[in-house]
Amino acid sequence: MNLKGWRISRLALFGALVALAATAGCERKRNQTGGSSDKAGASADTSKPVLIGHFASMTGSEATFGQSTDNGIRLAVAERNAAIDAGTKKGRKIEVKTLDDAGKPQEAGTAVTRLITEDKVVAILGEVASGLSMAGGPVAQQYNVPMISPSSTNPAVTQIGDMIFRVCFLDEFQGYVMARFAVEELKAKRVAIVFDQGQPYSKGLADFFEKSLKEAGGEVATRQAYDTNNPDVSAQLASVKEAKPDAVFLPGYYTQAANIIAQARKLGITVPFLGGDGWDSDKLEEIGGDAVQGSFFSNHYSPEEDTPLVKNFVATYKAKHGVAPDALAALGYDAANLLFDAIDRAPSLGGKDLAAAIAATKAFPGVTGEITIDGNRDASKSAVIVEIDHGKRPAVKRYAPQ
Amino acid sequence: MTKFVSICIQTLTLGSLYALIALGYTLVYGILRFINFAHSDVVTFGAWIAFVVAGALGWAGTGSPVFAMPVILALAMGAAALLGFSIERLAYRPLRRAPRLNVLITAIGVSLLLQNAGQLDYLFGTQPQRMPRLLSEAPLFTIADVRVPTVDVVLVLLAAVLVVALQWLVFRTKLGRSMRAVSWNDQTAALMGIPVDRVVSITFMIGSAMAAAGGVLYGLKYRQLNQTADAVWVLLGLKAFVAAVVGGIGNVRGAVGGAFLLAGVEMFAAAYRTPQLRDVYVFGVLIAVLLFLPAGLFGKATVEKV
Repeated sequence: MNLKGWRISRLALFGALVALAATAGCERKRNQTGGSSDKAGASADTSKPVLIGHFASMTGSEATFGQSTDNGIRLAVAERNAAIDAGTKKGRKIEVKTLDDAGKPQEAGTAVTRLITEDKVVAILGEVASGLSMAGGPVAQQYNVPMISPSSTNPAVTQIGDMIFRVCFLDEFQGYVMARFAVEELKAKRVAIVFDQGQPYSKGLADFFEKSLKEAGGEVATRQAYDTNNPDVSAQLASVKEAKPDAVFLPGYYTQAANIIAQARKLGITVPFLGGDGWDSDKLEEIGGDAVQGSFFSNHYSPEEDTPLVKNFVATYKAKHGVAPDALAALGYDAANLLFDAIDRAPSLGGKDLAAAIAATKAFPGVTGEITIDGNRDASKSAVIVEIDHGKRPAVKRYAPQ
Repeated sequence: MTKFVSICIQTLTLGSLYALIALGYTLVYGILRFINFAHSDVVTFGAWIAFVVAGALGWAGTGSPVFAMPVILALAMGAAALLGFSIERLAYRPLRRAPRLNVLITAIGVSLLLQNAGQLDYLFGTQPQRMPRLLSEAPLFTIADVRVPTVDVVLVLLAAVLVVALQWLVFRTKLGRSMRAVSWNDQTAALMGIPVDRVVSITFMIGSAMAAAGGVLYGLKYRQLNQTADAVWVLLGLKAFVAAVVGGIGNVRGAVGGAFLLAGVEMFAAAYRTPQLRDVYVFGVLIAVLLFLPAGLFGKATVEKV
């Protein structure tokens, strides 16, 4: 009961802060908090490690998202600190604090508030799910603390404000590459869309895919929505089966996607399923089994890629965590390294200086490709289409940025 | 045609699931005149207990024997009956003569306790799990190009058997007669020599066992077990509760009828109207029934309330 009461009071505090910012003039509030965090950054002891925060879904139905990203971030931190210890790199050591949001928007807002007000982190990494980044982002913006989302692909995330960045491509691009792939490579003209109405990520991707599909000469066979609280999708799938599509676009997250594909195969839907980067988890095959084989999804990188940077990352990650890194681990690793690069370049660790340093990043060599932060604080980079092939994720097609 | 048949079959399976859970609400309401809000958590626990038992007995893999499913179902129902008994004995019985509101709030408290206790590491944990495949998902037969998997057939048959058994118990046995007597007037029933406390306990155990059966079948059908505090379970329990109210709460046949009506509205609305609004239709039915037939669709039809 104590814990519960405490949580509620935190929530109330957050709500009160939001209300305060909305009514009592944001400008003054912003300057105040920005000023104090600048001072904290400047007066801090430089021999101490720099504390950064990470909020992620470490539990809940998208738990592998948070865990993979955290593994990637921690690998980047360990590598940097080891290099500084060995004297091969100059700069301050990094310490990362991770808070769990259990995949819930209200918890995400609370986690970011705690990281900033209690732990006084200089920057925030997170979240994977766009809906959660959009819950945590406004808090970081309000306190003038830079936040880098490793893998939220919905355009609205960085539109929160000038403190919010990302190191992955956007849903518009992802929808575009998948639509082109469907029409040009799979020769699928009629595509059914099944999306999660409760996730901005899924709905946004469905819209962008539909737009690009029509531009590429395809047509939408049927458009069906589901929500995560109703595991029964047989009604929607019956409509899909009746529409007789050449392929089904299913831009959800892996747990639901695997369940839906398994249910679809049971109902006798045999066409390939197409998805977005939300599919990227070993759990997809663990849950879906044979049903998901031969499906395709757009992703940030393929661990099968043959470049020294990727090979080295895959090898050290495997040695540390025992499994091959998925794209979320790779993006977590890239987001952390990009942040360290900015920390080294920034004149101070105050919110404004650090954000300016992040915004100035050009052609940063990441394992998920070269990252350039553009004027909208988004990353301009390429995407790959990977196939699900019995535990492997071979890249079948690569698309350069538009 | 294919789509229509497919939706009819899904209505039948979903309705059976709702019916199993709705019966627990209606039994308890019939006898104690209060809504047991912890009932949906007994459903959750039933499903999770089945998962834990399957793991403990080594049947979590693919090659589980044919008798695995009945054994696991029986154990889960037994454990849930015990849970239902404890809830009634520890939380509700001390409040038997207290104002109705106290019991209602206690029920909400018990529900929260179960939801959060279920997340403890040494109980079920916070991670969603996969229910082992205890029943074949291969099609058993095909009607009008619609494949009907074994699991759906078993679900419907088992629900039918349990509902008929309950009907028989309530209307054809001495225990059933005591239950009906307690539901009419517990003080008079006590004067007639009916052990009221024991009858209430048994009612809770029966309702909880049915709930566990619903939970296990839910797990076998959808294979996905969300953590105990997840909204999926709340919504499942809520819809079953709506089914009980629509059918006329306190009425056994009403709960079953309400369950199938609700499942039909949900499935057909999702298939032929907008799937986004499936829950809107469900709760719309509830509002309509409460406005125009406050006693429920079957509330007046049968005089005998359980």
